[in-house]
Amino acid sequence: MISVDVTVNGRRHREDVEPRLLLSDFLRHGLGLTGTHVGCEHGVCGACTVRLDGVAVRSCLLLAVQADGSEVVTVEGLAGEGDLTPLQHAFRRHHALQCGFCTPGILIAAGDLLSRSTAPTRDEIVDMLSGHLCRCTGYTPIVDAIADVADA
Amino acid sequence: MGAKAASEPWVGRPLARLEDEALLRGKGRFIDDLAPVASAKHAAVLRSPYAHARITRLDPARAVAAPGVVGVLTGADVAELSRPFPAGIDSPIPHYAAAYEATRYVGEPVAVVVARDRYLAEDALELVEVEYEPLRPVLNAEAAAETEACVSDRSFSYGDVDTALAAADLVVRERFRFGRWSCTPVECYGVVADWNAAEGSLTAWANFQGPFTLHSVAAGALGLAGSRLRLITPPDSGGSFGIKSAVFVYVVLMGLASRKLGVPVRWIEDRLEHLAASSCSSGRVTGVEAGFTSEGELVALRYDAIEDVGAYVRAPEPATLYRMHGSLAGAYRVRNVAARNRVVLTNTVPSGLNRGFGGPQLYLALERTMTIAANRLGLDPAELRRRNLVRADELPYRTPSGALYDSGDYEGCLDDALELARYEGRRDEARRARADGRLVGVGLACVVEPSISNMGYITLAEPAETRGLPKSGNAEGCSISISALGGITVRTATTPQGQGHRTVVAQVVADRLGVEPKDVDVLTEVDTSTSPWTVASGNYSSRFSGVGVGAVAAAADRLAEKIAAIRAHLGDETASLRRVAGTAHWNPEALPPGMDGGLAVTAYYAAPNLLPPDEDDRVASSAAHGFVADVAVVEIDAETGEVGVLDYVTVHDAGRLLNPLLAEGQVRGGLAHGAAAALFERHVWDEDGNLLTASFVDYLAPTAPDLPTPRLGHRESPSPFLPLGAKGLGEGTTMSVPAAIANAIADALGRDDVEPPFTASRVWELLSR
Repeated sequence: MISVDVTVNGRRHREDVEPRLLLSDFLRHGLGLTGTHVGCEHGVCGACTVRLDGVAVRSCLLLAVQADGSEVVTVEGLAGEGDLTPLQHAFRRHHALQCGFCTPGILIAAGDLLSRSTAPTRDEIVDMLSGHLCRCTGYTPIVDAIADVADA
Repeated sequence: MGAKAASEPWVGRPLARLEDEALLRGKGRFIDDLAPVASAKHAAVLRSPYAHARITRLDPARAVAAPGVVGVLTGADVAELSRPFPAGIDSPIPHYAAAYEATRYVGEPVAVVVARDRYLAEDALELVEVEYEPLRPVLNAEAAAETEACVSDRSFSYGDVDTALAAADLVVRERFRFGRWSCTPVECYGVVADWNAAEGSLTAWANFQGPFTLHSVAAGALGLAGSRLRLITPPDSGGSFGIKSAVFVYVVLMGLASRKLGVPVRWIEDRLEHLAASSCSSGRVTGVEAGFTSEGELVALRYDAIEDVGAYVRAPEPATLYRMHGSLAGAYRVRNVAARNRVVLTNTVPSGLNRGFGGPQLYLALERTMTIAANRLGLDPAELRRRNLVRADELPYRTPSGALYDSGDYEGCLDDALELARYEGRRDEARRARADGRLVGVGLACVVEPSISNMGYITLAEPAETRGLPKSGNAEGCSISISALGGITVRTATTPQGQGHRTVVAQVVADRLGVEPKDVDVLTEVDTSTSPWTVASGNYSSRFSGVGVGAVAAAADRLAEKIAAIRAHLGDETASLRRVAGTAHWNPEALPPGMDGGLAVTAYYAAPNLLPPDEDDRVASSAAHGFVADVAVVEIDAETGEVGVLDYVTVHDAGRLLNPLLAEGQVRGGLAHGAAAALFERHVWDEDGNLLTASFVDYLAPTAPDLPTPRLGHRESPSPFLPLGAKGLGEGTTMSVPAAIANAIADALGRDDVEPPFTASRVWELLSR
């Protein structure tokens, strides 16, 4: 077991973990933050995306020990106890989610994009979404929702 | 949203979803988020590396002795503790939840290791010693159709096809192939199974798209009376599109592991397991003979369908082959129709429900045929279709094979689509582009979208004399209860996987009880031991908006009547719901004479127009029929073979739209799956039966840059047969898009030997031929 010291959504956790424990499993089953979803565990679907020190990463391709000393934000950390964020509101308004399984990863990745580029073009949004699988919406409403916030 | 005039109903409004808040916060409750029973142990499944092999030795001893391992369930245990799954066709090959003596597809379960955590269970998989004697696999259904691998061969004839073909001015004879693909929900399968040895019962939590159909199949395999298999679905399911109907196999497998090992067992499928071994569409080869007059009238239509269902006929198969049976003639008026249906086993994963479910396969053949005929007759493909469409004044219309098309204006929808797409202009532009050496094409598809299946159609796989007891439609149930404080709770069995049923149910109930949707709590979890028993089949064939909502409306109407009667008896027409409920619960003496206490109703609804198949093999295979008209414009890069969709227009008439925002979501989603099937997705097995599309690196599920941004049109022709006039609409575009894009590709290339999926490499090969 290896000791991990990681801050998740502003709260510090010190845990002993197996060296091979995936960050996604650590978040979901170790910390009970089940909003981060696992859809492929080989880095394609993007459902497990979290922000690690501000950067969107696949939590299924990282080990928990790699997050030692870092700050992680998961979907639960976006709005906290408060009102939904503008991006979350836009997703609801545009019907940009159906089953909602891919949504946390996309919200995190879109947040990352919007933090780096205040006014991404539609093409840039579509390009960012190339790292995410959604099987319900056909993507158009997701692009619309992100573009709506980017325009605001 | 929110604001509305007092008289304006909630149904029909584009209300944003009640579901979204929790999902957006990461507070959804999916199967792997739940710990419904304490101390469940984790399962990993050992799977066959061979498409076909005899298991000559299986020794789990080293795995059993590994750290953290509770024990191992083998195929031999499964055969001892359970029975083969019953299916719609008798097959000589028993299908158990795990391979016993022989394996029949790569990925078939061979053993289950249960351990303290999943990591340890997977470690121990490698310690199970298995020796295989490889056998020759059967992989080509077309080639095997004349062998014993063909387990069902039925022919159907309506009208006089031979005479009409002989008299036709043009006979189109073509063969169309539609391979096997999967809608791959982003959430894989999950089961938590808890065997109760004292009572001889199994409780299982699973993201199963049953919830009641196929429950009997699972209970039968377990040898349990229905009441002893308690199946519970979680509130949220991460997509299904039909695929999660096959979870029942793992309910049995994990139930047996729990039974043998004496612990609750938890299994969450991983993506590699899902792609290899969960389920996917059937594959179909369709021979078509279609006779036309020189004026373009379709006078005869004959299909010769060979259906690849994989290694076992797994319930509800061969339903994919029969789901469209009433609609063999599609949207057209032809009266002479025949079909030969053969079901063939191959050494590949068993098929099952997959969005579109028989529609994409049928319409690729029919709609390609219509365009080919138009080109050969020198008619515009839109004009040829127009001349054959069932006319608005003929509806309701009984098809030759027994469907009753309920309502609509097919020609009007086609006109809308042509106008929205600037069809004439696009055709001209494509012609000019081709003259300049570019590969631009325009394609059409017109499809009737059946919804709300008549479950009796599956019995067509048997001749009338051996069909057994009659089966037809199936009822839906809904319970609504109002607490002493006036809280409204609705319980449905429609098992949504993202469609937004909670919102629509709340709209329907709100209108009837005079409250707001936010005041209606809708429970979508199904518990087969406490929910009203029906053979409700969840979303199967887009049944929610017709019969799911029908049951909700029936329950709400009865409750509204009771509330009105109580108010009248109290002499206070404006008594609050809380006061009415308080009276019903706390003071039944104050109720009208003879009225039951409490304030709860369970109501059932079944579609009124579904009879069992008749002696002449006619069947009303669905209760409602929508219509879809699509126009696709594509351009192919001659250097790379890459297909770009320049424009995609779809016009949909699915009756009354209960919530236009959600309806549009269903159309877009169905279209995305149709486009994926047209352009990218297929499962591919090599000559030994190894799955080559075994991860998302090789199985090309499209992302945002890969899919067109469609333009949508709607019409609303309410169904006269269903309570709210709404038809299903989740699958129409999945049925239409592969045909429309195939027609556009054929137009761009000026050739008819085009076969989806139109991946760049496949189109490039075609260009090189």
